[in-house]
Amino acid sequence: MIGYLVRRIFAVIPVLLLVAVAVFSLLQLTPGDPAQLIAGDTATPEQIQAIREKLHLDQPPLVQAMAWGSALAHGDLGTSLLSGVPVTTLIAQRIEPTLMLALLTIILAVCVGVPLGTFAATRVGSLIDRLVMLLSVMAFSVPVFILAYGLVYFISLKLHWLPAQGYKPLSAGLGATLNSLMLPAVALCGVYMAQIARVTRAAVIEVLTEDFIRTARAKGLSRLYVLIVHALPNAAIPIVTIIGFGVGGLLGGVVVTETVFNIPGLGQLAASAILQRDYPIIQALTLLFAVVYVLVNLLVDLSYGLFDPRVRVWKAVNR
Amino acid sequence: MNMLPANPKLPLLAVENLSVEFRSGRQWVPAVCNVNFSVEPGETLCIVGESGSGKSVSTLSVMGLLPERTARRSSGRIQFDGRALETLSDAEMTAIRGRDIGMIFQEPMTSLNPAMRIGTQLAEVVRRHAGASPRTARRQALEMLERVRIPDAASRLDAYPHELSGGMRQRVMIAMALMSRPKLLIADEPTTALDVTIQAQVLALIAELKREFGTSVILITHNLGVVAEMADRVAVFRAGEKVEEAPVVELFDRPQHPYTRALLAATPRLGGGSWREGRVLQTIDGAPSPSVMPAPADAGTALRASGLGKRFGQTTGWLGRLAKPIRAVDGVSLELPRGQTLAIVGESGCGKSTLARMLMLTIAPSEGDIEIDGQATASLRGEARRLVRRRIQMVFQDPFASLHPQMTAKQIVAEPLVNLGGDDSRTIDAKVARLFDLVGLSPAMLGRHPFEFSGGQRQRIAIARAIVLNPAVVVADEPVSALDVSVQAQILNLMASIQRELGLSYIFISHDLSVVEYIADTVAVMYLGRIVERAPRAALYRSPLHPYTTMLFQSVPSLDPNARRFGHRIAANELPSPSNIPTGCRFRTRCPFATELCAASDPALAAQDNGHEVACHYPGIATQDGQARMSELA
Ligand SMILES: Nc1ncnc2c1ncn2[C@@H]1O[C@H](COP(=O)(O)OP(=O)(O)O)[C@@H](O)[C@H]1O
Ligand code: SF4
Ligand SMILES: [Mg+2]
Repeated sequence: MIGYLVRRIFAVIPVLLLVAVAVFSLLQLTPGDPAQLIAGDTATPEQIQAIREKLHLDQPPLVQAMAWGSALAHGDLGTSLLSGVPVTTLIAQRIEPTLMLALLTIILAVCVGVPLGTFAATRVGSLIDRLVMLLSVMAFSVPVFILAYGLVYFISLKLHWLPAQGYKPLSAGLGATLNSLMLPAVALCGVYMAQIARVTRAAVIEVLTEDFIRTARAKGLSRLYVLIVHALPNAAIPIVTIIGFGVGGLLGGVVVTETVFNIPGLGQLAASAILQRDYPIIQALTLLFAVVYVLVNLLVDLSYGLFDPRVRVWKAVNR
Repeated sequence: MNMLPANPKLPLLAVENLSVEFRSGRQWVPAVCNVNFSVEPGETLCIVGESGSGKSVSTLSVMGLLPERTARRSSGRIQFDGRALETLSDAEMTAIRGRDIGMIFQEPMTSLNPAMRIGTQLAEVVRRHAGASPRTARRQALEMLERVRIPDAASRLDAYPHELSGGMRQRVMIAMALMSRPKLLIADEPTTALDVTIQAQVLALIAELKREFGTSVILITHNLGVVAEMADRVAVFRAGEKVEEAPVVELFDRPQHPYTRALLAATPRLGGGSWREGRVLQTIDGAPSPSVMPAPADAGTALRASGLGKRFGQTTGWLGRLAKPIRAVDGVSLELPRGQTLAIVGESGCGKSTLARMLMLTIAPSEGDIEIDGQATASLRGEARRLVRRRIQMVFQDPFASLHPQMTAKQIVAEPLVNLGGDDSRTIDAKVARLFDLVGLSPAMLGRHPFEFSGGQRQRIAIARAIVLNPAVVVADEPVSALDVSVQAQILNLMASIQRELGLSYIFISHDLSVVEYIADTVAVMYLGRIVERAPRAALYRSPLHPYTTMLFQSVPSLDPNARRFGHRIAANELPSPSNIPTGCRFRTRCPFATELCAASDPALAAQDNGHEVACHYPGIATQDGQARMSELA
């Protein structure tokens, strides 16, 4: 088991290196003169030259890569072209709202999606099952911003239940933070909830046809107990996988949600950096999001061994 | 310890007029019609019948475990222990299941929760029904595991199902079903998926626990030998109806219903001889059996293998450290005369299928060579190899898995010819039509897909495909073990008459000694990758010389309820892992006659009289001396 863990963790290292190379190439692969592109149409030749020097664009790519890599290794992600503030500082300032939003969204999506899918699976073809499926199709196909504006309109503007805009930091109290994030999280979680519900339903339906479920029932265990103790853990692998996918995809959704709800997080930072072609920020955020994605998938992979004892053996034998 | 039923005059279970229907589209189709059966306290009722005859559906109705939306009980009363089960609520039934009625299912591989430890799964039963504390429940689970004689039970409590063999898992299932000492045990084909040796152990265990706990048993099976060993009374099912019920001795001595008689006639029994000697294996549809034909002499050799071995590398543990390789096959030599059948018998895991795959040239041997039609194959490459490979074809155990589901029967049989590309489509059509006739399929079936055929018909298609290229050898790996007895008889007869007609040679792999006796000319017994005994059929069945062969014979149920064999204690005793083969004689860990010599030196396969070969330091010791000691072991 330990060997399996260690091997999985080591396997991630080359992936992370590859990610770093890809992020570095981002700027290199831009067609035309990157300095010109970054500076914009109205820039003077001096401004362009300044950018070129700042980003070491006047040196051969290998030297650039070494410089970038060694800075990265020291935790230096460069400085913003516009404000001159170190990127790490910018990220540190804005990571909390994004983290909280993502966390809340995933918790909501899992806590609603898994029970809903499980419930539908026990009543395949019934009215309730079809209703759940219909809802999940709707949640899946409505764009985040429409849902977001709809929620803002009814819940905030009409009913005045929750604030429509802004973010209260944790330092103002967990209650205030949750209050300010509730609407954005609900708007954002629809898609993931729908995905999780669908996958859960399919996985549980499949497991419920297995022989060992019949054995469990023949032992006199109640339906609910069999469902929770015997069926769900055996359906966990696809469910955890889709949750992992969700966390990866969440980062895209965060950009939209933070813009709509005016939350000062990484999403907003990314959106403005892209508009202003602030390359060091774009590179840093891409790197960050990619690393998160890889790590989440590693966690998902490791959890397989937790849910299916056979995985530990198979992986070990088949390596 | 068992309470008597509420009214001692009543049977423990009485099922009256049970009918069950299944939904098919918008209609309800009957699966079981007006079935009656009952079980007295302490009695074993065997329900016997072919697959699909309604055995499982009937007993699942008793448990109230029919599939919910697709099945319904359309009529019937189920009296159990003074209560009318059909009137109970689901909660009341849930309380009875597992406490008063325990159940064991056919597939030990899939019937246990793969993600839960064995001990937890056992403990659940008493925690649920007796409200036992986790510690008490665990202690009782351990006691029960010891009762079903799982070796090293304490450490098995924390094992997961995949860490146990099939036989061990079935013991766990039995332990689980008996955890709360139910009044009735329903066992649905509990040994169908197991080897004969393990079947003998499991049946003996059920019989023993039944006596000890005074449990009534319903044992579902399609194997008449199991019936003869186990039953007090027998109910014969056919197509959703009970056609006959009788005490076991009466049923075997004076079967009343024509179907029962046909079933008995279609069952091969040990000592019956072979088709070559004019033995007839009746089929239920009355199809003729092959006529007498002695084995052809001196027709040459179709296939010869010398010193064949196969090792599989195996990596485990930290960073893929290399563990001991598995020796699946080890120094096997054999010779198959043209027009004859060589049977290979042995328990699952002893290397039969690996040997078959090497003979098929689909996997390369680690050592040794195979000669087909007098041509050595090890050095052959490319086109020459393909040509030789065509001379040897295969028939598998599961015809469904081996036939492409989207192709029609005609396409499946014609495929090898089409790939060959030599014939035009008219010639191919004619050949396929001739083959269909030969294997007894009607031309109307040419356009159908595999799922539209029954198991037996699918096996006929597989045989037709195997012989379409006129091979020298057909390797059949357990070709009839997935089939019902009546169908099994048809396929065996078909294989014999094709051999007669075309002069084919067969390698027939099976674990069923009674089937082998009917079809084989020579028999090779395999144990842990080696051939430990080989002899002409008659000689082997007259006097087996290796203790392992004797053990196999003694594991075959007797088909005579007056001469039962499994009444005594049988230890759990299974095939050792092929990665850890005992030193000296590889059978010595299970051999009751093992001596110091056996531990020190590995006996080679040595010739005795009449072409009989055996690898044992004391040939024939089991038959001369210790029948009684041997049966301790089974
Ligand atoms: N889940 C199911 N859906 C539809 N038909 C079924 C189902 N289970 C069993 N049947 C039908 O019920 C009949 C009896 O089946 P079963 O009791 O399983 O037979 P046996 O146990 O004797 O092999 C068969 O015709 C079978 O096709
Ligand atoms: S050699 Fe010894 S251990 Fe092996 S089968 Fe013969 S008697 Fe048994
Ligand atoms: Mg059945």
